[in-house]
Amino acid sequence: MLKGKMIQGCRAIAEAVTLCRPRVISAYPITPQTLIVEELASMVAEGELDTEFINVEGEHSAASLVLGASATGVRVFTATSSQGLLYMAEVVFNIAGMRLPVVMVNANRSLSAPLNIWNDQQDSISMRDCGWMQLYAENNQDACDLILQAYRIAEDHRVMLPVMVCVDGFVLPHAFEVVDLPSQKEVDAYLPPYQPLYKLDPDNPYTMGAFAEPDKYMEARYMIQHTMEASIPIIEEVSREFKRTFGRVAGGLFEKYRVDDASTVVVALGSMAGTIKDVVDDLRNKGQEVGVLRLITYRPFPEEALYEALKGAQNIVVIEKALSLGGSAPLAVELRSVFHGRPASPKISGFVIGLGGRDVTTDDLKYAIEKAQQQLINMEFIGLRTDLELEGVNA
Amino acid sequence: MPELVKERDKLVDHLLCSGHTACPGCGQSLAARLMVRAAGRNVIIVNSTGCLEIFTSKYPESAWEVPWLHSLFQNTAAVASGVEAALKTLGRLDKVRVIAQGGDGSTFDIGFGAISGMFERGHDILYVCYDNEAYMNTGIQRSGSTPRYARTTTSPPGKVSLGNLRPKKDLPQIAAAHGIPYVAVASVGYPMDLDRKIRKALSIRGPKYVQIHVPCPLGWGTEPSKTIDYARLAVNTGLCPLIEIENGVTTAIKIPARVPVEEYLKGQVRFRHLLEGTGRKEEIAEIQKLADRNIEVYDLIAK
Amino acid sequence: MKITLGTVTKPGGSRANKTGAWRTSVKPRFLQKNCIGCDVCALSCPEGCIFGTGQRTYYANEDFCKGCGICANVCPVHDIEMIPEGGEDA
Repeated sequence: MLKGKMIQGCRAIAEAVTLCRPRVISAYPITPQTLIVEELASMVAEGELDTEFINVEGEHSAASLVLGASATGVRVFTATSSQGLLYMAEVVFNIAGMRLPVVMVNANRSLSAPLNIWNDQQDSISMRDCGWMQLYAENNQDACDLILQAYRIAEDHRVMLPVMVCVDGFVLPHAFEVVDLPSQKEVDAYLPPYQPLYKLDPDNPYTMGAFAEPDKYMEARYMIQHTMEASIPIIEEVSREFKRTFGRVAGGLFEKYRVDDASTVVVALGSMAGTIKDVVDDLRNKGQEVGVLRLITYRPFPEEALYEALKGAQNIVVIEKALSLGGSAPLAVELRSVFHGRPASPKISGFVIGLGGRDVTTDDLKYAIEKAQQQLINMEFIGLRTDLELEGVNA
Repeated sequence: MPELVKERDKLVDHLLCSGHTACPGCGQSLAARLMVRAAGRNVIIVNSTGCLEIFTSKYPESAWEVPWLHSLFQNTAAVASGVEAALKTLGRLDKVRVIAQGGDGSTFDIGFGAISGMFERGHDILYVCYDNEAYMNTGIQRSGSTPRYARTTTSPPGKVSLGNLRPKKDLPQIAAAHGIPYVAVASVGYPMDLDRKIRKALSIRGPKYVQIHVPCPLGWGTEPSKTIDYARLAVNTGLCPLIEIENGVTTAIKIPARVPVEEYLKGQVRFRHLLEGTGRKEEIAEIQKLADRNIEVYDLIAK
Repeated sequence: MKITLGTVTKPGGSRANKTGAWRTSVKPRFLQKNCIGCDVCALSCPEGCIFGTGQRTYYANEDFCKGCGICANVCPVHDIEMIPEGGEDA
C-alpha cells in the first residue's frame, strides 16, 4: 500500500515548496511550469502559504526579483521552463556568481525554434555552465523530496550556491501520482530558517556585486568550481540525513538499478529512467546482464563516483533528451571524459531521444541498447522519422 | 526649503564617500552624493551597471556607506522589487527605504521594461535616473535620452549626418502615465531643489521616479569646473524643465534667468558641429522651438 | 587580501584610494576673506572633500581633491581660487 495521496504533480510541488516556507516567490508563466505557479497563487489566496507572491512582467525580472530578495536575507523560490530559463540566463549566472542560495524548479521543455512546448532536457542542459547545482527528478515524489533537499544543500554555509530541481515538463507536473508529503512540523525540524552570510541591512551595510579586475576575477570563479566539487559529499550527506529523517531514499548523486553485476549499463536523467528500468527487467528476464544508472546530480558532475560505479561495465549506453548542436550528445561526452586516461575503458555510446516531447518507447530503448552492444556509437538520433522530406538534408 | 546643515553631520555628507574614481567634475557623482545625503542611512540601494556603479565599487574598495547591490544592467527595478518584497515580509519596509538607481542607458532603454513592471506593480521604491544623455561608461554612445543633434560615437555628425536625429524620449511623462504618485525632474545645477525632491519622494509610499539632469564633462565636452553652470544653463533655456507631477498634477519651477539655447549649446563639444562656421541656423532654431514649447507647456516664465 | 563569496565588500573602503594624486595642474585655495559660510562649495564638491562649519572655515582635503574647479566656480563671493599645483608662489 503506497503511503501518501493521489495528487497532481504541480500541486505536490507547490505543497513541497510551501513546506519550505519561502518568504518571496516570483515567477512568470510558461508552459509547462504554469500549473505550479497557479497552484502556489491559489495557496496564497487561500491563506495556506504566507509569502510575498509577485507576478512579474518577464522571467528576467522574476529571477532578478528573487535575487534581490535573497540578497536581503530571505528564502525565495522561482520556477520556469525552456525559453523562460534562457531569457533569465544572465540573471541565473549572476545569482550563482553572487553566491545566493536560490532554489528553482525547471519544468524541462524543448527550445525554440521551432516552437515546441513539450518535454525534453535541452533547456537545463544548455544552462549547465551557469554555476547552479542541477538535480533531476524521476517522479513527483522525487521532485518533492529534491526540493526539500535543495534548500538544505543551497543554504549550507559550506555551499551557498543556487540549486535547480529539474522535472520533466508535462510528464511530471501534469501527471497524477501518489506522493507522500511530510508535515510542516517535520519540515521545520529538518529545514531551519535561512541564515545568510551577507545580507543587505542598514544596521550592517555591505556592498554587493562589486566588479573584479583581471587580477581577481579568476579566483572568484575558481571558488565556485571548488565549492561545487566540495559539495559532492555534502549532497550525499544530505541524502543520507533525509533517509534517516523521513525514511525514504531520495537525492544523492545517482541511483543504481541492477548495475553492480551488469556488463551493459544505460545512463539517463529524469523520468525516462522509469521506462528504462522496465526494459532492464525485461532484458534481465531474457538473460542479459543489463542495468541502469539514473544520474540525479548532474551539476556538480560526480566524476569519481561515476567512475567507481561504472568501471565494471563493458558497454555504457547513454540515452539523453538533449543535444549540443554542432557538437554531440552532452552527457555522453561528459561521461567519456570520466574514463579518459584511466584503467577501465568501457565503450560509451550516445543516443539522442525524445526531443520535443516525442514518446520514449520501450522498443526505442531496446534498439539503442542492442545497437550499442554491437558497435560503439558516437551519437545517433533514435526514432528519427524516415517518411519525411527534410529540406537541405535528403530533399 | 530644507535647512542648510549648520553642524555638519559628517556621516550623512559622506554616505557616498571620497576615493571614488569618477572623472573630475562628474555631474553624476555629485548628484549621487547629494541624493544619498538626502536619503540618509536607512536605505538599501540597487544600482545598475554604469559609470556610478563602476567608479564606486571596484573590489575590494567601496565608496558606499549604505547597503548597496549591483546585479546587472537592465534588471535594477526588478532586483529592487525583490529587496522591497523581502523587507515587506520582514516587517521593515516602514523604516528602511528602497532606492533603485541608474543612468539614462539602463533607465530609458535596456531597463525600461523592468521599470514599467515595477511601476505597474506599485512597489514602494524610489527610482532615480542620472540623466547625462548617453551611454557614458562604455564611451559615449547614444541612448533614448540623447537629445536631437547631439554627437555621440554611435550618432556622430559627418558629411551626411548632423548627429543624433531622434528626439529625447519623454520618460517623466511615461512614468506619470503609469499613475505613480510622484514624478520629478531635478538638476545637479540646483542641489537644494534636488535635495527637496529626494526627501519629498521618500516621504511618499509607492513607486516614485526622479530624473536628475547631470552634465558629463567627458561626454558633453565641457569644462569640468563648469558642470554646475551647464546644468543651470540647461534649466534656464527651458530645455530641462524642473517639473513635479504629483498624482497627475504638474507643477514646475520658474526659470531663474532665461537664456537662448545657443548659450547652452556653445562650449559643448557634442553640439559644436551646429555652431561651427556660419552655424546650422535651422537646427538651432529647432532646438530653440523645443525650449519655447517647454516654456509654454509648463509655464516656466514668472509673470 | 581576501576574496569574499560574491565579492561582497565592507563600506567605505574607497578612502584608501587617494584621488588627490590625480591633480596635475591646479588645486583650490580658500581665501578666507569674503566667505559667508553658505556651504555651497561643500555641497557642490563631487568628491565630498570640502569641510567647514561657518564663515571662513572651509578647506579641501587634498588627499582626495581632483582639482576639478567646481568649488571656485560656484562660490557666490569668489572666495576660492584655483592656484597652480606647485603652490601659491609658483
